Amino acid sequence: MSRIAARFEALKARGRKALIPYITAGDPEPGNTVPLMHEMVTAGADIIELGVPFSDPMADGPVIQQACERALKHRTSLRKVLEMVREFRRDNIETPVVLMGYLNPVEIMGYETLAEDAARAGVDGVLTVDLPPEESAELAGALKRHGIDPIFLLAPTSHEGRIRSVSEVAAGFVYYVSLKGVTGAATLDVDAVAEKLALIRRQTALPVGVGFGIGDAEAAAKVSRIADAVVVGSVLVKRIAANVDDPAAGRREVAQVLADMRRAMDQATTTTPA
Amino acid sequence: MSTVIKPEQTPDWRAFPDARGHFGPYGGRFVSETLMEPLLELQEAYQRYLQDPQFLDELDRDLVHYVGRPSPLYLAERLTRELGGARVYLKREDLNHTGAHKVNNTIGQALLAKRMGKTRIIAETGAGQHGVATATVAARLGLECVVYMGAEDIQRQAPNVYRMRLLGARVVPVTSGSRTLKDALNEAMRDWVTHVDNTFYIIGTVAGPHPYPAMVRDFQAIIGREAREQYQAAEGRLPDALVACVGGGSNAIGLFHPFLADEGVAMYGVEAAGDGIDTGRHSAPLCAGKPGVLHGNRTYLMEDEDGQIIETHSVSAGLDYPGVGPEHAWLKDVGRVQYVPITDREAMEAFHRLTRTEGIIPALESSHAIAYGLKLAPTLDPAQGIIINLSGRGDKDINTVARLEGIEL
Repeated sequence: MSRIAARFEALKARGRKALIPYITAGDPEPGNTVPLMHEMVTAGADIIELGVPFSDPMADGPVIQQACERALKHRTSLRKVLEMVREFRRDNIETPVVLMGYLNPVEIMGYETLAEDAARAGVDGVLTVDLPPEESAELAGALKRHGIDPIFLLAPTSHEGRIRSVSEVAAGFVYYVSLKGVTGAATLDVDAVAEKLALIRRQTALPVGVGFGIGDAEAAAKVSRIADAVVVGSVLVKRIAANVDDPAAGRREVAQVLADMRRAMDQATTTTPA
Repeated sequence: MSTVIKPEQTPDWRAFPDARGHFGPYGGRFVSETLMEPLLELQEAYQRYLQDPQFLDELDRDLVHYVGRPSPLYLAERLTRELGGARVYLKREDLNHTGAHKVNNTIGQALLAKRMGKTRIIAETGAGQHGVATATVAARLGLECVVYMGAEDIQRQAPNVYRMRLLGARVVPVTSGSRTLKDALNEAMRDWVTHVDNTFYIIGTVAGPHPYPAMVRDFQAIIGREAREQYQAAEGRLPDALVACVGGGSNAIGLFHPFLADEGVAMYGVEAAGDGIDTGRHSAPLCAGKPGVLHGNRTYLMEDEDGQIIETHSVSAGLDYPGVGPEHAWLKDVGRVQYVPITDREAMEAFHRLTRTEGIIPALESSHAIAYGLKLAPTLDPAQGIIINLSGRGDKDINTVARLEGIEL
């Protein structure tokens, strides 16, 4: 069983939902990332989504675009991100790590090299935002051969047939993009999300995470009632951006936001039937 | 990754792309999941209307009465005499309404948008020609229009910015990344993913996710169809070579595509070499880049060893783009088209030469094609002939040219 699947099973046994924070690796500088990963685990993160910076992050709003720009000033390459995961794994072998980014850095490295190096570094999942299932056979195959889960997105525009084709290649979990828009956009409509999740669950047995537009503990709690995982990114990256000159302060604020979300989610899932 | 096709396996050029938008290893649909369904819908609508006689009639009527087609194929006699080689013909896309080839495509896509019930049009623009052509058709059809343009390009192309605003478009400056065309494209994609229900994204070149490279090519292929007929009428044979500039590559593919099966017709796609290929400050992914994935398709890109897109440079805003249409990537690999570099300096010289010799002020983009034509024609025989695509007129560039020459207007 993959580390991701094991984590979801363990959470399910305890009646808890996964909290998945996203941060851009190398933001505001590479030395900040591994300490931040550890602090997020302490604050209640169950899986970490580590953003691989890209020069042209088309699916991201301004918050994560600027995080990429800060990270790229320090030339945070995919190889450097893998080194960070290796370093994180020296002190943490339980928390799954998912790389999230765009296809081009992976293309340059080569699918097989990436899969092999990522597996060796301790990466558990890879999500390439601009790789729909139709184009994914080769990369997904390489990842699976090395025991890494290919993670895919589903969207409000995904009809039944597309949900099925995603569920055929996906492993670990599927990531439902809660709104039409970029990361950090508006706030999501929980009822609309619930309706779509019901449709998704008919097509796949994989856990379903929900992200985009979850901006505070209250929203995280609401989503935790209907999803298996809550993914938060821009709200955390904003804390880092507000403290670029004092990364330690940024880490403390990120941990605080996560701890509040963790508490609200745990209350929501213990007081309300799932 | 490269597919080398041997001469005896000459492909059926019209059979490309395949159903999923692939030209050999290039093209495809590399977008986030939210855009997949809209792209499939667009593809379905496009294929349907391409068979619809009413749609095609309306398109033809607009091309004749609104755009002013067919555009002339002009024999540049004085230039030909000076060069002392092949007869030089210019395909006069600069005479189209709005002053460039771009309108051939925006007319087509806007009619499609209307048929699909979309009420809002968005576009990206570099030099501003595609933005103007989009704002123009949006005004005519009464559609809301938003154009994304790099802040840097807004500086370089002030007259076109004002033109778009006159036409009722909202021009949104893009300040992320390198503040040029690629960033405008990123921002347009972000807009599209947010307003996908009512919005039609009119991409201006033969790049982007399938079906855009094929659709834009099909709308631009009118250039080559006309040129083929016009040349045959004038010379009783086919031309020996075609020359066109390549940024994303829409005017080039429009001219080339109807000739691809004509083996005797050589083709030259001219990329912007900026300060020179060896300086690294250029916009020539086919001459000096490598394959990768950007803006929804796999193609040649200007990128560093980490796969980050690098900043490009060209005196011409319309060629200042780190990618290129996937069909060009494939035509390069199979060897059907030669892609050649022309520097800023060479393009500027050609700009002046054509202006003084023929009384035609070419766009700086088109000046790159002219510059290569100036090199090519003297190497050919006077019995031979070439067609250079004069993709746009140069009025929009006079501020840039004056500034480079230290003249204040």
